[in-house]
Amino acid sequence: MYFSREMQEASLKLSRKWEDNVQKSLKNNPDQKARFTTVSDKEIRRLYTPEDIKDINFAEEIGVPGEFPYLRGNQVTGYRGRYWTFRMFSGMGSAQDTNNRWQMLLREGQTGLSTAFDFPTLMGYDSDSPKALGEVGKCGVAIDTLEDFLALMEGIPMDEVTTSMTINPPATVLLAMYCAAADIKGVPLSKIGGTIQNDMLKEFIAQKTFMCPPEPSVKLISDTVEFCTKSVPRWNTISVSGYHIREAGSTAIQELAFTLRDGIEYVEDVIRRKGLNVDEFAPRLSFFFNSHIDFFEEICKMRAARRMWAKIMRDRFHAKDPRSLWLRFHTQTAGCSLTAQQPYNNVIRTTVEALAAVLGGTQSLHTNSLDEVLCLPSEHAVEIALRTQQILAEETGVANTIDPLGGSYFIEALTNEIEEAAWDYIHKIDDLGGMIAAIEKGFPQMEISEAAYRFQQQLDAGEKTMVGVNKYATNSTHPLPLVDIDEKVSEEQIKRLKDVRRKRDNKAVKKSLDDIRGACKKGDNVMPCCIDAVKNLATLQEICDVYREVYGEYKDPGLY
Amino acid sequence: MPERKIRVMVAKPGLDGHDRGARVLARCFRDAGFEVVYTGCHQTPEQIAAAAIQEDVDLVGLSCLSGAHRILFPRVVELLREKDADDITVIGGGIIPEQDFTMLYDSGIKAIFTPGSSLDSIVEWIKKNINPTSAEFL
Amino acid sequence: MDSIIKKICAGDVRSASRLIRDIEDKIPEARAKIKRLYSHTGKSFIIGITGAPGAGKSTLTDALITELRKSNKTIGVLAVDPTSPFTGGAILGDRIRMQSHAEDRGVFVRSLATRGALGGLSQAAGDAIHIMEAMGKDIVIVETVGIGQQEIDIINHAHSVLVILVPGMGDEVQTMKAGLMEIADIFVINKANRAGAKQLQMELTSMLNLSSKSAEGWKPPVVMVGDAFKPETFTENIVKLSKKIEEHHIYLQQSGKLTERMHRKAMAEINDTLHACLLEPVIKSLAAGGELEKFAEKIKNRKADPYSVAEEIAQRFFKKENEK
Repeated sequence: MYFSREMQEASLKLSRKWEDNVQKSLKNNPDQKARFTTVSDKEIRRLYTPEDIKDINFAEEIGVPGEFPYLRGNQVTGYRGRYWTFRMFSGMGSAQDTNNRWQMLLREGQTGLSTAFDFPTLMGYDSDSPKALGEVGKCGVAIDTLEDFLALMEGIPMDEVTTSMTINPPATVLLAMYCAAADIKGVPLSKIGGTIQNDMLKEFIAQKTFMCPPEPSVKLISDTVEFCTKSVPRWNTISVSGYHIREAGSTAIQELAFTLRDGIEYVEDVIRRKGLNVDEFAPRLSFFFNSHIDFFEEICKMRAARRMWAKIMRDRFHAKDPRSLWLRFHTQTAGCSLTAQQPYNNVIRTTVEALAAVLGGTQSLHTNSLDEVLCLPSEHAVEIALRTQQILAEETGVANTIDPLGGSYFIEALTNEIEEAAWDYIHKIDDLGGMIAAIEKGFPQMEISEAAYRFQQQLDAGEKTMVGVNKYATNSTHPLPLVDIDEKVSEEQIKRLKDVRRKRDNKAVKKSLDDIRGACKKGDNVMPCCIDAVKNLATLQEICDVYREVYGEYKDPGLY
Repeated sequence: MPERKIRVMVAKPGLDGHDRGARVLARCFRDAGFEVVYTGCHQTPEQIAAAAIQEDVDLVGLSCLSGAHRILFPRVVELLREKDADDITVIGGGIIPEQDFTMLYDSGIKAIFTPGSSLDSIVEWIKKNINPTSAEFL
Repeated sequence: MDSIIKKICAGDVRSASRLIRDIEDKIPEARAKIKRLYSHTGKSFIIGITGAPGAGKSTLTDALITELRKSNKTIGVLAVDPTSPFTGGAILGDRIRMQSHAEDRGVFVRSLATRGALGGLSQAAGDAIHIMEAMGKDIVIVETVGIGQQEIDIINHAHSVLVILVPGMGDEVQTMKAGLMEIADIFVINKANRAGAKQLQMELTSMLNLSSKSAEGWKPPVVMVGDAFKPETFTENIVKLSKKIEEHHIYLQQSGKLTERMHRKAMAEINDTLHACLLEPVIKSLAAGGELEKFAEKIKNRKADPYSVAEEIAQRFFKKENEK
């Protein structure tokens, strides 16, 4: 960086002196362990000095916020104009139950909604499918038809509040429901805003919520991108997600590399298949990262992500619009870092992770509740989690200045190292023929499994610590009140579904499903037919069954 | 009597695809010298019970993180019982609140391992409780 | 008749799987069961599937099951996976791709670990096939490990051998040189939508034209199978593959080659059982008494030669048997 020759020499001299002192000191005070590593098992040095960052070209590699390479942030003014969005992921039981929780969160100062769906909805099954046995309303809200969706949005000002929907294989259907609901409420599509996760590649890689094979899955994603580019301009079309990759046990570097490579795959597909110009749709792509417990590693990962995406968009896709170069991202604190043992400690973990996300420059944040490793979060636990964000934003002063850790020898060196290792992965996947090809070969899946197993072995060997689990374990318990979803939710949901099936115009449903089938076969955009179908009260599964029929069903290839 | 090889199955009932634990366990069981059949995600209790019998495993380890364990775990035990295969031990793991333990034990689940259980403790439990030499020849 | 034999002949999965387990674990009583079962075997058509890891053997097996079930044929599948030489454990992962058939009573999938066997199968595979035959399975599919290139054990067990190749794996020609060329009755070029498929097909066809095998009356066909993710063409390809298998079956019957293969199988069975019944107990008993080590020591120090040692052992064990 910008060190004078004299200063460099002085630094080198001092570093050598310090190294001598270390050697002397170690004789009497040996280190506690042989290796000091991040949670991802990346080795960290004892000290970082100007030597570590002397080769960095300040203008090209660091720069200022709002300018390429956006290492320090997309926004010129940082958090001063606006904090990150406090967006708590929530959903449970029926649409009505979830609507109640949403109303409470909005009252308490939440600034955006985020929907958790139950597993049948996530997988494209109706609540009365045999596959849905035991799952209805358990991990999120059950949505079968537009009627459920309208109940979910009851009293929510759709032109003011943005809504994120964590939905993947049936993303087209839920987006169609959102558009249909806005239409019914008289809100024009140009006014609604929100996000669908709509990232299937990470499902094949990590979370395994899949329906159709990779290729048609990506086609459906491109349909939504094209549709929104033309009709719903404020919609974030894909939330390219590293969160689940990390939760599946990847390292920070793998999370970063696989996520960005997924993003590349989507951009390529939209350009090739839809013929859109990159700058028409790239500004509406967003990202979603995990904030794990290793504080500095996470901050550096997020900084590296911004710089890498800017380079990818500029050099690989020749994007011109600065907004195309921005990597905007949501963050969630790491569910897998929480412990069922001594659950109150989870508040501390979540706080540290949230702080990392803020120092990493996130645009939006979900903080986990302390009881999430045990059950759905209770209202009280959610409140603490939301307050954690508010305290960070409004009491601690960490949002006063932009990228406060920028320029630190350690932070810049680690950011560079992480970036380099992530490029290696990206090039490797390029060599394999892209992400779909890599997934078919099982490459990212195996890399993650390997890392997850290694971590568990290190935990078992005591090389890594989880407080309350493999160290400082106690027998004393302070039991938490747990939220329990009654099986009645399922019965009532099934009854509602059956009522809808009885009262709707089945001829109209059949016709609109045929239209979707036709669009699928011809390769047309399914979105317009999807909106008609949900308005005619076709169910989620009925539409997804058409996809399964035309595109085939993806099966877990079982690579480990 | 020749030494019997322990055969186990790792299965994920229900729709949740969070298979990190299941995959880690499959590797761990292999390294413990077991033969491990893995069924993959999104299995119905019927598929799991049928596979357990076809594979003649000594033990089925169920992993569920979605909260559907109260319905799905007992169903696997019940199906094995219906097919005269209740000598196959069923254990469970995942996000399972303590308040559900009694209900699961009563239904025939023999052990529950929640997050934080060490791999060694699971392997130890199996070695102690599974003894294929005692498998009575039909 | 033993109740277990009765149950197996009636198609009982639990008894069959149990007996396979006892064969794998080398329980002495299990052999007696096979003796009694043997007259009920020999009626199934046995298909071997081999090819490198990642070639898509399990996916093809899964698709073949679906196709064969349309004509109501009952099917047994033996899927072999490698045992780790370090821990003795194994992950048996082939079944995962066939789980959609788990509830179909006409399909019985059983995974086997190699447990040290090197020829691509497990020692128990032969008897496991017998057990499935006794159950009355119309077809038994045996999927080999697919790790090495010495996987030729399968020809001693199967009537039709399918060799699966994938374009772009770079080792096709090697595979052919290593002997898989000779064992194939049908070649499958899987993932044929990938670049290089056409070229592989051409290379293969020209090699086949040179081969002596075509002179015998059956020229191994090369079947192209596209991406399993494209349901329409994939199903079409599988129908074609299944027809080729049937054609080969008819050819074997009409040409008399089936009896030839049954004979070859019987010879192999004698060989295997002699090894298992005569050699293994000898080696085991020598090892248990520590003598095996002593012999090895002697040979190592050039105090004896291997032939003399073998003769001495033979004298001791087999003489005794004769004298009795």
